[in-house]
Amino acid sequence: MKPPAFDYLRAETVSDVLEGLAQQGGDARVLAGGQSLMAMLNMRLAKPKLLIDIMRIQELRRIERKGEAVVIGAGVRQADLLAWPELSEALPLVALALPWVGHMQTRSRGTICGSLAHADPSAEMPLALVALGGEVFLRNARRRRRVAAKDFFAGMMLTARADDELIEGISLPVANGSRVAFREVARRHGDFAIVACAAMKTPTGVRLAVGGVADVPTARDWPHLEGSALDDALNAFAYELGARDDVHATARYRRDLVRMIGRDLIGEVLQ
Amino acid sequence: MTRLKADSRHAVRFSLNGKPVEGEAEPRMLLSDFLRHQLGATGTHVGCEHGVCGACTVVVDGMLTRSCLTLAAQVDGCELRTVEGLAPSADRLGVLQQAFRRNHALQCGFCTAGILVSLDRYLAKNPAPTEAEIRDLLSGHICRCTGYTPIIKAALEAAAELTSAKKETSDA
Repeated sequence: MKPPAFDYLRAETVSDVLEGLAQQGGDARVLAGGQSLMAMLNMRLAKPKLLIDIMRIQELRRIERKGEAVVIGAGVRQADLLAWPELSEALPLVALALPWVGHMQTRSRGTICGSLAHADPSAEMPLALVALGGEVFLRNARRRRRVAAKDFFAGMMLTARADDELIEGISLPVANGSRVAFREVARRHGDFAIVACAAMKTPTGVRLAVGGVADVPTARDWPHLEGSALDDALNAFAYELGARDDVHATARYRRDLVRMIGRDLIGEVLQ
Repeated sequence: MTRLKADSRHAVRFSLNGKPVEGEAEPRMLLSDFLRHQLGATGTHVGCEHGVCGACTVVVDGMLTRSCLTLAAQVDGCELRTVEGLAPSADRLGVLQQAFRRNHALQCGFCTAGILVSLDRYLAKNPAPTEAEIRDLLSGHICRCTGYTPIIKAALEAAAELTSAKKETSDA
């Protein structure tokens, strides 16, 4: 299908974007790489009156290391981040997860922040943001605010972003050598995950984050658990995620994957 | 800041396979439709129109791009390359195209334009790919005729041929 009619605003500065969002509110959508939004438009699942293209704003195209965090602007494409020389040292979990985002032909255009704004429950970048405990920088014409990853995703394809807010960028904590692991099960590489899991060692134990099961990517921290205590904890977590049957997999299969992959990854990071 | 009104047509100019082109488009017009309907460049095929099948893949400023997930207005001033730009002349096929022909890497040909563009771009950056890398790249395309095996064979053969051709030139 073809997109519905809309005005197209080619923004040169962030204030152009904020002005457009302030005027049009819920009828405006920010267009970055377009790899989620354009599909939504073509299928007419979104019908905005105004599209605000932010990809000519140079200040949003930066990847910056600021102390113990990496700040990624709204215009940074997935392929840009994959090609960032510091990626595997600073953000090893993102380095593992990013090749699973779409295909080479979509990563070349799609942005990191666009994937977060779209908030598909089985997408990898939202999972990485939650697993790492990152922050989202939101801005409208009047103020800026920061939202923690766990509060950002409000439901399936729903976020804490208000209609007049731009996701200006995100911040992800630098790894500092802590061990991480990532695994995904999908019908084909590049398809949306049936289950995706990320694990990392924390100062007090271990964290497992799961995507593709609940409405939002969900992280859980545990102290060092072993043997049947770990099995019980994973089993309880798998049920709490409220898996559902769909055309891709049964709820039972998803719980199985959470238990099996969870156990494997926790083993890997605690090794 | 430029605001293009929904109900009127606006000029879009870019370079297509090295030649400047120009047309008019409403903001909602997809690049795939602009190429085919406004410019008559029908080499780019349109399959699923939501970014899954890969038939409409083109190169915009060096980036592999789904032209069905891109607006014509977005590429104003950019450099585009499509399947029409692959053959060295009207009566000769390029190395990759010849390898497709030799290996029967196409049957109905619907997906071929996108696959050729992806492979051409990929081989230019990665002259010695492994089979696994080619398979990963092809995960972004859907072909219902070939079963992919001849496409992989053609891609590896073309890569080898391009590399040896380059070596010969640099030795000479």
